[in-house]
Amino acid sequence: MSTPTTSLDKGDRNDKGRAREEAAALLADMPLTHGSLPRRAAPLTLLAFVLAGIAAWQTGLLGAAFAGILTAVGYTAVIYLWARRVEGPRGAFDRLVTAVVSSAFALALLPLISVITTVVSNGAARFDADFFNNSMLGVVDEGGGAHHALMGTLIITGIAALMSVPVGLMTAIYLIEYGRGRLARWITFFVDVMTGIPSIVAGLFVYALFELFYGPGIRMGFMGSVALSVLMIPVVIRSAEEMLKLVPNELREASYALAVPKWRTILKVVLPTALAGIATGVTLAIARVIGETAPLLITVGITRGDNFDPFNERMATLSVFSYNQYAYAPGHARDLFYERAWSAALTLILIVMTLNLLARLIAKLFAPKTRA
Amino acid sequence: MPPTTTSTRTRGAPQRLGDRVFSGASTGAGVLILVILAGVAAFLVAEAWPALWADSSEIPGGDGIILYIWPVLFGTLLSAFFALVIATPLAVAIALFITHYAPRRIASLLGYLIDLLAAVPSIIFGLWGAFELAPMTVEPTRWLEDNLGFIPLFDGPASPTGRTMLVATIVLAVMILPIATAVIREAFLQTPRLHEEASLALGATRWEMIRMAVLPFGRSSIIGGLMLGLGRALGETMAVAIVLSASRDVVSFNLISSENPSTIAANIALSFPEASGLDVNTLIASGLVLFAVTLLVNMGARAVINRRRDFSGAN
Amino acid sequence: MAKRIEVKGLDIYYDKFLAVQGVSMTIEPRSVTALIGPSGCGKSTFLRTLNRMHELVPKARVEGKVLMDNQDLYGANVDPVGVRRHIGMVFQRPNPFPTMSIYDNVAAGLKLNNKRMKRKDLDDLVERSLRSANLWEEVKDRLNRPGSGLSGGQQQRLCIARAIAVAPDVLLMDEPCSALDPISTQAIEDLITELKEQYTIVIVTHNMQQAQRISDTTGFFNLQAIGEPGGLVELDTTTKIFTNPANSDTERYVSGRFG
Repeated sequence: MSTPTTSLDKGDRNDKGRAREEAAALLADMPLTHGSLPRRAAPLTLLAFVLAGIAAWQTGLLGAAFAGILTAVGYTAVIYLWARRVEGPRGAFDRLVTAVVSSAFALALLPLISVITTVVSNGAARFDADFFNNSMLGVVDEGGGAHHALMGTLIITGIAALMSVPVGLMTAIYLIEYGRGRLARWITFFVDVMTGIPSIVAGLFVYALFELFYGPGIRMGFMGSVALSVLMIPVVIRSAEEMLKLVPNELREASYALAVPKWRTILKVVLPTALAGIATGVTLAIARVIGETAPLLITVGITRGDNFDPFNERMATLSVFSYNQYAYAPGHARDLFYERAWSAALTLILIVMTLNLLARLIAKLFAPKTRA
Repeated sequence: MPPTTTSTRTRGAPQRLGDRVFSGASTGAGVLILVILAGVAAFLVAEAWPALWADSSEIPGGDGIILYIWPVLFGTLLSAFFALVIATPLAVAIALFITHYAPRRIASLLGYLIDLLAAVPSIIFGLWGAFELAPMTVEPTRWLEDNLGFIPLFDGPASPTGRTMLVATIVLAVMILPIATAVIREAFLQTPRLHEEASLALGATRWEMIRMAVLPFGRSSIIGGLMLGLGRALGETMAVAIVLSASRDVVSFNLISSENPSTIAANIALSFPEASGLDVNTLIASGLVLFAVTLLVNMGARAVINRRRDFSGAN
Repeated sequence: MAKRIEVKGLDIYYDKFLAVQGVSMTIEPRSVTALIGPSGCGKSTFLRTLNRMHELVPKARVEGKVLMDNQDLYGANVDPVGVRRHIGMVFQRPNPFPTMSIYDNVAAGLKLNNKRMKRKDLDDLVERSLRSANLWEEVKDRLNRPGSGLSGGQQQRLCIARAIAVAPDVLLMDEPCSALDPISTQAIEDLITELKEQYTIVIVTHNMQQAQRISDTTGFFNLQAIGEPGGLVELDTTTKIFTNPANSDTERYVSGRFG
């Protein structure tokens, strides 16, 4: 405190009063009421520009992309200049940012929409029973399918999940229930780092590992499973960790108070409480790796026919199948190969989206149990 | 650190067999993570070793390992850098839109839509980039060459197929948007209400409030999220392999021509299936370089994000 | 300059939920008006309608009138941003911007309102605001250090300096001392007594002694019943409210029998 109130002399007080008036004088006066755009000005202007954009696109005046860009830019400019006249620079800039930020979001949705429509429209041509019942054995151009690849994807991803879930779950349990001190900190940090390993590097690692035992040129489905596990484990750990953290401590303590040993508490109390959340996380982790291509390309390779033995020779997978149909399409039957590539892509995206929806569904249906 | 359990066991108390087995197994799983990571490094080094000491003429291209890796490393850094340039403003703007502009009821749905982008397999982004996006860019890149050709990036000649570095970077930018947005969004959501209200009570507009309270608070998360995105872009394989029409030994900033440097990851994917002998070791050596670069970037990103976590915890 | 606020028949809603009903009161300039009452009776909600912070909650709205020198703050064409510029606010917990220095915290509002202010004028205003907030002597040597490094009481005075730097007409305070120790509280109370020379001050407080010490007028808010909306029960001079209130609930509350 500089000066207690009681001893404050008159001069100081006047000084403070003057300071306030001078401050008011220096500040650009901002009246309470000032012009503002009519309430519906922004939405109506936007509507006008969107309609104009659609019209320009439909009449063939502009391409869809250009029409979209011009709509956004035009709206932003008009609303900014208008607001600047009526509301002043600060209000106008606020509107400018609003328009820019909203356009950015719309812009980000374009690739998503475009990807999905492209995959669906291109993939539909060969998305038929033949595609799911045949392999590529003996197929030169027409026909053929991805039965072998679909099975391969399921087998390889399934084995990967069987390996990743126990390891990931146990690690999460270690980090939440047991982990103390430096080791736990290191593991936490490196799990984060591991989520960033490029998938191709995981593939190279597995190849390098197996080459030591089997010699150069080794390919088998199981190698792909191991590579996918390297990618999947950190995802499982992270999501399981989050879920275990949500289990209230009171539950654990209640169990200890009943003289239940710690390991049984974890198995019988903690895990069941977090089960739905963990299932969601595992499903999302599977969705993340099931579409991987690069590590499978270099560890599993591709076959034309059925091979469902993951410990013996090359196998086909949907993603590599799709790439292979695209990359090795011969000139005379290019479109037939491309059609199969797109159908495999469509199958893949359907699987991934189904897994994502399934994860949401599990989370939603069992949500109350995780938040006791 | 996990905030939940408190250890009830006192030092020296006898442990049950079940407890010992269970805690041993879970510790083992944790240690396995470190072993795997160390294994990745060790096996890559072991397999890269022959290529590092081989005679220059035995390396593909015949100029030695360094000159083999340099152009693809350059392509990797170039594509990832420009992907980041495109993704940065978008990621920040999208995160702002979801947290501070969109109606709250649909905000999480919008966030989910962006997350869906991350669910699309990279092979599909590759096909989409090659078949959809690339043809769309042919006209604009020709225009760029004609009008902005004096900038080295748009030197041309413009590719007639559109399978350029430019398209590769756009596809990469789209692919790293979700991860970057997710991290930034999380930070923006955690901006203390108190600080937002403090600036609003001073008479700040929404944007001024964001500039005063939200952006400074989220700054390190923005950096961290973007670095995570950078890590993804550096390692992305199939999308680049499919989209980019690459030639060996090109080192050029020209984004729109048909002569492009490849990236490490794409080069491995394209060459590995047919490689044998020392070629394999050379590719693994380039993979080791990629591993080191992404490891550094990711460790940096995590350090930045974790530091922020400590900082906000202390407040 | 300090302005008079008149509230006429104000109903405050969160979506469909009526939180505060039928408040009418006059807040005199150059005085301290204290709002007291049990928790959840709508004092803070009411305070936040005076500078239109209430509507930041989605679907929150008000009905009725709030006049500042006869101008309706909720009238058409009134910009909430302008309202907040003229009616400053100090919050329950000190909230200086953590990433800004002490200087920048005080200058934050000034920079919004006048981007091209000369450096010297800005320095001047920052110093005077800090002096007015009785903080200058304590921080003049570390203006470039972060504001979060100050003690709680100092931070709160920094927030007051930040609020008065833009020369508002009215200053709203939402339990400004509830997070502070007694000595810091004393400093803030002294400051409030000084500031009322130039400002209209409205303060929400849980501390009845504090209301008695610093306010000229006191309003007692209460819930009509459990589940019913809150409202203003009685408004009078502080002396009257604490010695001889008209309403029996007020009497029971100020004598500490409930709340």
